[in-house]
Amino acid sequence: MAMLSDISPKGRGDRRPPTQIELKLRRKARVSATIRYGLLTLIGLLMVYPLIWLIGASFKTNAEMFTSPSFWPNEPTVQGYIDGWKTSTPYTFGKFFLNSLWIIIPKVIGTAISCTLVAYGFARFEFPFKKFLFASVIATLLLPNVVTRIPQYLLFRDIGWLDSFLPLWVPSAMAGDAFFVFMIVQFLRAIPRDMEEAARVDGATTLQTLVYIVVPMLTPALISVCLFQFMWTMNDFLGPLIYVSSVEKYPVSLALKLSIDTTEAFAWNQILAMSVLALAPSLTVFFLAQKYFIEGISAGGVKG
Amino acid sequence: MAQLQLRSVEKTYGNGFKAVHGINLDVKEGEFMVLVGPSGCAKSTTLRMIAGLETITGGEIRIGDQVVNDLVPGKRGIAMVFQNYALYPHMKVRRNLSFGLKLKRIPKDKIEEATQEVSSILEIEQLLERLPKQLSGGQAQRVALGRALIKHPEVFLFDEPLSNLDAKLRASMRVRITDLHKRLRNEGRPATVVYVTHDQVEAMTMGDRICVMKDGHIMQVDDPATLYERPANDFVAGFIGMPEMNLVPCALSRNGGLPVLSAGSQQITVGDGLADRLKAEDGKVTLGIRPQHLSVVPAGTDGAFNGTITNLEFMGHEVNLHADVDGAAFVAVVPSEDFDNNLKRGDKVGLRPDGRRIHIFDAASGANISLS
Repeated sequence: MAMLSDISPKGRGDRRPPTQIELKLRRKARVSATIRYGLLTLIGLLMVYPLIWLIGASFKTNAEMFTSPSFWPNEPTVQGYIDGWKTSTPYTFGKFFLNSLWIIIPKVIGTAISCTLVAYGFARFEFPFKKFLFASVIATLLLPNVVTRIPQYLLFRDIGWLDSFLPLWVPSAMAGDAFFVFMIVQFLRAIPRDMEEAARVDGATTLQTLVYIVVPMLTPALISVCLFQFMWTMNDFLGPLIYVSSVEKYPVSLALKLSIDTTEAFAWNQILAMSVLALAPSLTVFFLAQKYFIEGISAGGVKG
Repeated sequence: MAQLQLRSVEKTYGNGFKAVHGINLDVKEGEFMVLVGPSGCAKSTTLRMIAGLETITGGEIRIGDQVVNDLVPGKRGIAMVFQNYALYPHMKVRRNLSFGLKLKRIPKDKIEEATQEVSSILEIEQLLERLPKQLSGGQAQRVALGRALIKHPEVFLFDEPLSNLDAKLRASMRVRITDLHKRLRNEGRPATVVYVTHDQVEAMTMGDRICVMKDGHIMQVDDPATLYERPANDFVAGFIGMPEMNLVPCALSRNGGLPVLSAGSQQITVGDGLADRLKAEDGKVTLGIRPQHLSVVPAGTDGAFNGTITNLEFMGHEVNLHADVDGAAFVAVVPSEDFDNNLKRGDKVGLRPDGRRIHIFDAASGANISLS
C-alpha cells in the first residue's frame, strides 16, 4: 500500500498552489490583454461603423433614416432595394452592373496580359536603352493623373472614342498602368531564373517559357494585379464621368450619382441600398482571393 | 551521343571583363568529363556556354559534327541538371519529366513509356504524382536527373548537382550517377557528360578525365591518376589531393650532379633519380611534395629538412603532422601505426621527402619541370 502513495506524488507536485508572484503576473497579463483587445475592438468598430450603418440604413424607410441614430432598422424593409434597382431611368440597375462588367472584364484581362509581357521583358531581357525606358515607365507613376486628363481627352475625342467604354480600358490593356508593371517586375526579380533556363534547355521558346513556366509562378502577383484593377475600376468615378455621357452606358459608380441628380427629394434609402450592392462585388472578390492577394503583395518572400 | 569540342572559346562580358580565355577542350563520345576549379574559375560559365544559356564572344563549340554557337539551348541536343534542381514548382513530377518531350510533340504513349523507364531507373515511380515541394533534396535531385535522362540528349551537362545535398546523400548520389553512366555505356548508348564541381572528391571519383580550370584558363586535362601523380603545374598540384601538396619556395643547385634544394638556411641533397627528371638549370624553384610522401625521421637525418612540430591532428587511421621549417609550413601524413606517440608539439623532427615523388616547379611560370 505504501507503494501507491509513492507513485502519485508527481501529479500532486504539479498542482501546488500558485505563489503570490505568479498570481500577480497572471493578473497583470490578463489586465494588459483586456486593455489591448478592448482598445483594438473599439478602434476597429469605429473604422467599420460607417459600413455597418450603411448596411443597416439600406433596410430602413426613407423617413426613419435620419430620425434614429441606431443602425438597426425599426421596421426592416427591402423597399429601398426594389425601388433603387428600378431607378428613375428606363434602365434597371442590372444594366449599370453589366456596363461596369463590360469595362472591368477587358480591362482586367488586358492589364494582366500586357503588364506580364512588359514586366517579363524588363525583368529578364537585355535590350538597348532598357534602363532609360524602365525609368520612364516608373516616372509615369509619379505623374499626377490630372496632368494628363486634358490631352488624353482631346486625343480620345479625335479618335472618336467619346461616349464609349474604350477610353476606360484600352490604355490599361496596353500596360498603361505602370504600377502593375512595377509590381510584377519586382515579383519576377525575386524568382530565380533556373526554372526558365531549364525550360529553355527543354526546348521551350521564349513565349512558351513565359506561358508554361513564368505565368504559373507569377500567379499570386497576377491575382493581386487583377484584384486591384477590379476594385479600382469598380470604384472609378472620374473616368466614366469624363468619357461616358449617355445614361445607357453608365457604369455603377456613375449610376449611383444618377439617383441623387434626378430625384427632387433624395431617396436616401435607395441610394444606400444600391451602394451596398455596388460594394458587394469588390468585397466578395477580395475575400475570395485574400490568401493569394496577401502572398502577392508581400512579393519579396517568394521561394523558388 | 556525340563528342563535344571547344575551340578557342572566349567569353568577354559587356563591361570588358574577360571570363574565359580561349579554351580548347575535347570531350570524347561517352566520356565523363569533370570541370573542376575554385570559385570564379569560369567552370560554370563554360558549362553554360556549352548549354547555350550564355553567349560566346569568340571561338567555336561543336556537338557532334555541328557548330552550335548560334543554336538556342533547346536545339543543341543537350540536357542540363542544375544546382538548385530547377524543377518546375507548379508541375507534378510526371509533368516535370515529360515537359521537354511534350514541347517536341512526341506522342503521348511514347512519353508515358519514357516516363516509366526513367522513373524505374531512378526509383522515383512512387513520386510521379507529387509536387516538387513535397520532395526531399535527394528525391528532387533524382527527378532533375530524370528530366535530363528522359530526353536522350547528345550531351549531359551537370552544374554542381550535388552541392545542395548533405554529405551522406552526396556520396550515394555520386555512386548513383557514375553507375548510371556505366550502365548507359554497357547498354550501348554511352552518355557524353560534362560535370562541373568545385569538390575534388567528386572530380576524382567520377571523372574519366578531369579538366582543372583557373581564372578562365585550362590548367590540365587528364585522367585522375595522372592528374594526381603528374600535375602539370603547381596550381593543379595544390588543388588535387588532401591535404594539399606542400609547396615550398626553394633554391636549386647541384652538388656533384645531384640536385640540392635549399629552403631557408637548410639544404638537402636529393638522390633517387630526381636529377634525371629535372629539365631546368639551377635557380629559383618551388618544391612540391605530397604530405603522404614525407617521412618523419629523427632530426638531423641526411636528406631531411629539420623542423619543429607546430600541430598534430589525429585522424584515426593517420596523423597529420604540421611542422615549421625555417618559416615554411610543412604537413606530413603518417599512418597511425608508424607514428611515434612520444612526439608532441614543439619537438624537433626531420622530414625526408621521397626523391622519386618530388615535383619541382618553375618559380616564375609554375610549370612542372620534373616530369620524366
